[in-house]
Amino acid sequence: MDMSLLSTCKEALALLFNLDAELWSIIGVSFRVSIMAILLSAIPAILVGFLLAIIDFPGRWVLIAVFNALMSVPTVVIGLTLYLLLSRNGPFGELHLLFSQPAMVIGQILLCFPILVCMSHAAFQGIDRRAWETARTLGAHCGRAAITLACEARFALLAAMLAGFSRIISEVGCSMMVGGNILGYSRNIPTAIALETSKGEFAQGIALGLVLLLLALVLNFALASVRGKGQLV
Amino acid sequence: MKKWISCLSSITLLFCLSLTVSAAENIIRLATTTSTYNSGLLDELLPVFEQKYGAKIHVLSVGTGKALRMGRDGDVDLLMTHAPAAERTFIEQGHGIEAKSVMYNDFVVVGPSNDPAGIEGGSDAVSALRAIAESQSVFISRGDDSGTHKKELALWKSAGVAAGFDGYKEIGQGMGKVLQVSDELQGYTLTDRGTWLAYQHRLQLKMMVAGDERLFNPYQVILVNPASYEGLNTEGARALAQWLVSAEGQTLINNFRINGEVLFHGSAQQVVTNQ
Repeated sequence: MDMSLLSTCKEALALLFNLDAELWSIIGVSFRVSIMAILLSAIPAILVGFLLAIIDFPGRWVLIAVFNALMSVPTVVIGLTLYLLLSRNGPFGELHLLFSQPAMVIGQILLCFPILVCMSHAAFQGIDRRAWETARTLGAHCGRAAITLACEARFALLAAMLAGFSRIISEVGCSMMVGGNILGYSRNIPTAIALETSKGEFAQGIALGLVLLLLALVLNFALASVRGKGQLV
Repeated sequence: MKKWISCLSSITLLFCLSLTVSAAENIIRLATTTSTYNSGLLDELLPVFEQKYGAKIHVLSVGTGKALRMGRDGDVDLLMTHAPAAERTFIEQGHGIEAKSVMYNDFVVVGPSNDPAGIEGGSDAVSALRAIAESQSVFISRGDDSGTHKKELALWKSAGVAAGFDGYKEIGQGMGKVLQVSDELQGYTLTDRGTWLAYQHRLQLKMMVAGDERLFNPYQVILVNPASYEGLNTEGARALAQWLVSAEGQTLINNFRINGEVLFHGSAQQVVTNQ
């Protein structure tokens, strides 16, 4: 049947441009949750990455390897673990967080934290150690010197945040489990795509997929414009 | 450039802060089966209730097995499920109270139009399944511990056939997905009539067997036992359950149609007359 792809895409575009309220509420949830998660995790994660790069302590490589491994934990596993922790039956049941947006934020923080740590660690590692030493000898205290280093590594850190954001805006397993896919409240783009395809409503799914794609393009163009033409600095 | 960036980031920040606002409403959590949600019945019913009672209903649409589990863990306030045996155990174990019969429809066996097992037009579900197994035809099973899956397993048991024959495929997904897969693989499957009617026009499958009394499919609402967990919205859940079995709720259920066909029949009339 050749009806499917073309007509579905047409229908999808119509949905988007007709400002279908349901569709836009889904997009809103997705962005709100993921932006919140990336904002909350960025600074602590970059700090951890920085400390891992700068402080020499026994077992450092083990810790780095652990963070690297955590990057590849399936999202459903994080979701299931969080589900069991947040369920009324579980240790944090008192908080009544399961099937809510905060629960989704927590899940996404757990997902992007290891990526941010690993990539920012690599970013700091790529900087000449003398930059740190110079800053220190010029009288900067540790915090000031750390900020100097972060500025040196800004493009790599931006790329790290972009990678983290890409992971969480597009993940379906964890949001489905701890968010519950409740319409207008915890249904985000990926869980909606999963639901709509299971209902056979492919147009909605494609429309949402287009939004994700568009977002990725916008983010990457923004980064590219900040970064210049990709030359060495 | 700097100005532009700081402007953008403050907007996103404001946007995020609105995340925490929607608290302190009368939220009722309803765990229900994919069959009631995907058919569109709840979209028809719940807004009426929400308007009338100023409540917000959060629908979690999962298989019956998962819904009962959510009830047992106290993660939802109200259940609407369709697996009588599992529901009885659930109540006997003290997890749920005040079960009310809300509505019923029936299961049907659907299959490809070339009908390799030769069961079209029959009304005996058990012998139809036996014919499917004997002809080694493709049969797609929910395989997800849902109400439909439990019913299917019970039917295999009465047919005296082990469910693991050659064409038997468990896919572990919701009813709609199972119908799509059956359509693609030209297989038979057991479905509730509601989802079948909702999906029929997109599929090439045909109705094979219906009308067997063993295919009766009753839906109940059950309140999660408030004695087990604190902070459940039992008041809201009770109001919703009572509204569903009230004359208004029952009329809406009976009037719900897809392509002019009735999907669900209200079954709470007795309760209404008793009041």
